[in-house]
Amino acid sequence: MTRWHKLHLGITYAFLYLPIIVLMILSFNKAGLPTAWGGFSLEWYGKLFANPKIQFAAMNSLIVAVISTLIATAIGTALALGVERSGPSAVREALLFTPMIIPDIVLAIALLSFYTLLRFSLGLHSIIMAHVVFNIAFVTVVVRARLKGFDWSLTEVSRDLGAGPQQTFWHITFPLILPSVVAAALLAFTLSVDEFIIAYFTAGAGQSSTTLPMQIYSMIRFGVTPEINAMATIVMGVAFVALFTAQRLNKGQVPGM
Amino acid sequence: MLPGLFWLMALMVLPCLLIFGLIFFERGIYGGIDWSAMTLENIRRAFDPLYAVILWDSFRIAGLATAIALLVGYPAAYAISKAPEKAQTALLFLAILPFWTNYLIRTYAWIVLLNPAGLINTALASIGLGPWPLLYNEFAVVLGLVYNYTPFVILAIFAALQRLDPSYAEASRDLGATAATTFWRITLPLTAPGVAAGAVFVFVLSIGNFITPDLLGGGKFQMAGNLIYDQFLTARDWPFGATLSAGLIIIMLILLFAQALFSRRAMGER
Repeated sequence: MTRWHKLHLGITYAFLYLPIIVLMILSFNKAGLPTAWGGFSLEWYGKLFANPKIQFAAMNSLIVAVISTLIATAIGTALALGVERSGPSAVREALLFTPMIIPDIVLAIALLSFYTLLRFSLGLHSIIMAHVVFNIAFVTVVVRARLKGFDWSLTEVSRDLGAGPQQTFWHITFPLILPSVVAAALLAFTLSVDEFIIAYFTAGAGQSSTTLPMQIYSMIRFGVTPEINAMATIVMGVAFVALFTAQRLNKGQVPGM
Repeated sequence: MLPGLFWLMALMVLPCLLIFGLIFFERGIYGGIDWSAMTLENIRRAFDPLYAVILWDSFRIAGLATAIALLVGYPAAYAISKAPEKAQTALLFLAILPFWTNYLIRTYAWIVLLNPAGLINTALASIGLGPWPLLYNEFAVVLGLVYNYTPFVILAIFAALQRLDPSYAEASRDLGATAATTFWRITLPLTAPGVAAGAVFVFVLSIGNFITPDLLGGGKFQMAGNLIYDQFLTARDWPFGATLSAGLIIIMLILLFAQALFSRRAMGER
């Protein structure tokens, strides 16, 4: 690395992190405005936790994220195992790649039209079903990366020694891929908690299915408030911890790409 | 394997195919779709000059964001590839970390920085400058897109740099080429597939974006994503919204196909 490399990296990382850091610092600013520092305070966090709308939205987001993560992790892990053990298929690869590249708005309106056509009711359940779509793709990518170096002879040994397929999976394969499965689940959870557009379109009318990003969106449109800074700090803090854990579990692989 | 493939077929492939079906129907009186009335009007309307202007604007803004993201991302990826191996993992993780956090919050952070009473203008005022109009204009929209998508560009180009056999560059240097010549004639052409992959990604997600133009453009900018959003949630003209989405899907497929073709050719030449 030359001096120029280091300089460019320094500027790039400053560009990437400065806005986030500023937001986090301001969330502790008693004055609430970015123009003046009024001393350290947790006032805005207190206001945030006292806000029933935000509590409600956060609860909805947790429900959606936990359920969609559980479904996507189970289905996605099975899919990863199946894909890795069978021959190459361009169609299958395209199917798995699409959810990661398709613009959210396209999937959002496609699902809204589809649900409406089938007269399927909208609510948290329709958001969960939609989130499983992109979460399957990310879980599969992470678990497949782990399976690339997997020694399949271990499962053969298990079978040769008389274990059934079920027993072999739970005693041999699963423990070996578990770290990547947990990492995949953490990533899926993060994606689901943060997802806005698809949830916004598939939540249906009324306030009953408002998720946290939907709440954040309506607050941001209203203007800059110190409560948003506090909420942003918490949401990003949770994501950072989840991603850091996922990265550790996944032996240094950059998650999901 | 089957439940996963089934889920993707049922809730991604079928809904996307449905979009192409909706194109040929009229909107219902109360929004939604009138299944009894078929028409080609939506397609004709999509080629109306009014929408061509918006599409052109989307292309221009997305193109600008893509170019800047590449100019920032390539040198960063290059620098990371020259770092010691241990540091590489940490640097890549740091680069991609913001990408995995809430998009709305990352966009909102720029409102805090750029608004007339924001941090940047406050700093400018303290040295007797400004206030500059930094928010609710094209500058803010492009900045927001670059900010959000540069991490992916870094990752795509780093992957290409890592696949590159260092002996090519060494041979070039041994034969007397300068570092600059080696970069322009060897490294850059051989990593072009990574550049193309990053570029297509940024471009597609930028045209389909509606949050950034909405929040940082102050509603003054309509990109293809905003247009689709409006047709579905404001104008409630679903068939026309579907027609515009189908257009977006087709543009995306063409770009992905061109990129795949380009990568294959670049690989073949190697």
